[in-house]
Amino acid sequence: MKPPGRRAFSWSGAALRHTVLLATSVLVLLPFVWMVSLSLKSPGEIFQASFSVLPDQWHALENYTAALTAQPLPRFMMNGVIVCGAILILQILVCAPAAYALAKLRFRGREVLFALVLVGLLIPHQVLALPLFILAYQIGILDTYAALIFPFIVSPFGIFLFRQFFKAIPDDLVHAARLDGLSEASIVWRVMVPIAWPAVVAFAIFSVVAHWNDLFWPLIAVRSEELMPPPLGVMAFKNEEAGSDYGPLMAGATLIVAPLVVAFLFAQRWFVDGLSLGAVK
Amino acid sequence: MTFGVVLRDITKSFGPTPVLRGVSLDIAEGEFLTLLGPSGCGKSTLLRIVAGLETQDVGTVSIGGRPVDALRPKQRDVAMVFQSYALYPHMTVGQNLALPLRMRRLSKLQRLPLLGRVLPGTRALAGTIARDVAQTAAALEIDHLLERKPGQLSGGQRQRVAVGRAMVRQPEVFLMDEPLSNLDAKLRVAMRAEIKDLHRRLGVTFVYVTHDQAEAMTLSDRVAVMLEGELLQVARPRDIYADPEDRRVAEFVGSPKINLIEGRVREAGAVDVAGTTFHLDTGLGRGKAVTLGLRPEAFGAAERAGPGVITGAVRLLEHLGSDLYAHVDVPGQQAPLIARLPAEDDAGPANGGTLHLRPRLDHVLLFAPDGRRLRPAQARRIMPLPLREPA
Ligand SMILES: Nc1ncnc2c1ncn2[C@@H]1O[C@H](COP(=O)(O)OP(=O)(O)O)[C@@H](O)[C@H]1O
Ligand SMILES: [Mg+2]
Repeated sequence: MKPPGRRAFSWSGAALRHTVLLATSVLVLLPFVWMVSLSLKSPGEIFQASFSVLPDQWHALENYTAALTAQPLPRFMMNGVIVCGAILILQILVCAPAAYALAKLRFRGREVLFALVLVGLLIPHQVLALPLFILAYQIGILDTYAALIFPFIVSPFGIFLFRQFFKAIPDDLVHAARLDGLSEASIVWRVMVPIAWPAVVAFAIFSVVAHWNDLFWPLIAVRSEELMPPPLGVMAFKNEEAGSDYGPLMAGATLIVAPLVVAFLFAQRWFVDGLSLGAVK
Repeated sequence: MTFGVVLRDITKSFGPTPVLRGVSLDIAEGEFLTLLGPSGCGKSTLLRIVAGLETQDVGTVSIGGRPVDALRPKQRDVAMVFQSYALYPHMTVGQNLALPLRMRRLSKLQRLPLLGRVLPGTRALAGTIARDVAQTAAALEIDHLLERKPGQLSGGQRQRVAVGRAMVRQPEVFLMDEPLSNLDAKLRVAMRAEIKDLHRRLGVTFVYVTHDQAEAMTLSDRVAVMLEGELLQVARPRDIYADPEDRRVAEFVGSPKINLIEGRVREAGAVDVAGTTFHLDTGLGRGKAVTLGLRPEAFGAAERAGPGVITGAVRLLEHLGSDLYAHVDVPGQQAPLIARLPAEDDAGPANGGTLHLRPRLDHVLLFAPDGRRLRPAQARRIMPLPLREPA
């Protein structure tokens, strides 16, 4: 049995920890709760001085119908799926072999290359926006899906993350695979990536969230409404038509975030499964 | 004689540190050869060079009579069992065993997930692969584990799967890198017997790496003792033990360790050692230093002190049932001598008492100060034995 003093201490410690965690999560969740709450209310109620989470008068149906009909929201979401999906697939196709080379192959200049990856990690995307815009203009892909996708294909973060994970996989496994007759490419796709599945899932979450929510680059790269990903679409919609009609706008925002939340909840289960895959030995 | 694996002057450095310094070794076809040496001496590196997983800086490797230096690991027809087993954690045992066969027997197209299955010939080949996997699994008694993942297996079971994955494609040469060192002592002894049995059944060349002398002595046709990237001696286990070429070999092999006693030549045929004089021919001139190596079992009890008898104080007595080990402090020696006496001698020595030991002079190994074995002309007990001819 634990001594009583220790027990009391760990009790207060746990209480403190939970208070801090609860307070932070409330802070993080508050805007979301507010957004969902507003999306359920009528225009009159939105501007009331008093605040309640649930509306007195349910205006949800009207708001969500407006969000889905007054603007091409489904189209925006489809664009989001296409762009994020293409980015993610291309990123993994590039990052996994690059990370494998940096983690497991011995060649001259490897450390320099890895240092460059780290530098790439430090450069904010916005810094590169102008050169990327000019590049996109020169090769004539402005205002296409390609313009939305190409700047993100090489992800220093993905290379870094995969490299760290691959490095933890024992060399002997690579040796065994070579003796079994796997080519280097097969080793990447049939041994490293399946073992590093938790890293792939984690990276997928980061990548999809970042590019689904990205407003900055789409604002630069596309003009046509039928190419716009969700945030840009909703923003354009707000400027043109909604004015201060916040109900449908919040309904639209809720619909945009919903797939991410659902996807994350699913991925989280995968994530845990992936981690319980167990030791490499 | 046909050679399984021939190494010529293999040299390898990692950066400035030399790891292998000109290793040459002929391994007969069908032989069980063990590389024995302390950890860090370059055994694994040498094995990886044979497998083609590492490239030597200098030297050549031949397997089955042809040079393989330009061949990739896959083309060398060797299989390896790793210390960590290196099983694919995301595949079942069955898939682990099947992978080397799939990579060899199926074409690139036939290996594709869905399309491959409908291609002509895939079914028949998949059938032979499944049959070979089942056969290997049955031989190793792991057939009930085929659906499990490596993470769900015990250490001993993983070890069997690792052996199975090497065995399934019937390689010309088996390379094993400390395959038993992750098992507990009891299982290790059992698996040792199984590996020996496997070698007998398959009849192919085994190159086995270990730092455990018991494994090396019990398994091998010949043992190659390696130290700091050099082969010190390659010989049959009992010659490694009884007839070491080098002081370091004598020290590394044998438990308890060989007793090394510093002596000085008094005159031709007489050596002063530990307060007494031995009648030994050393072939060295008067006044020269010489080291006498005496295994613990090379001592007999003597009645009283005298020429050829070492006298010392008993520091510790260890009863091991069948044997009695006496640790004896003798003059001029830092470490105590360890002598193995018959257990019945119990009545004789006592802790703290005096013990007289008479070494059997035909068991004395003589070493020069540089560690070389001295073999004075007359004292020839054991002749070096020729390589085992394959049956
Ligand atoms: N890939 C490598 N890079 C640098 N040094 C290495 C590498 N592999 C082995 N070494 C070094 O070579 C020496 C011999 O290693 P190894 O062959 O694994 O020894 P053993 O198997 O006998 O324990 C060790 O000092 C080790 O640190
Ligand atoms: Mg080793």
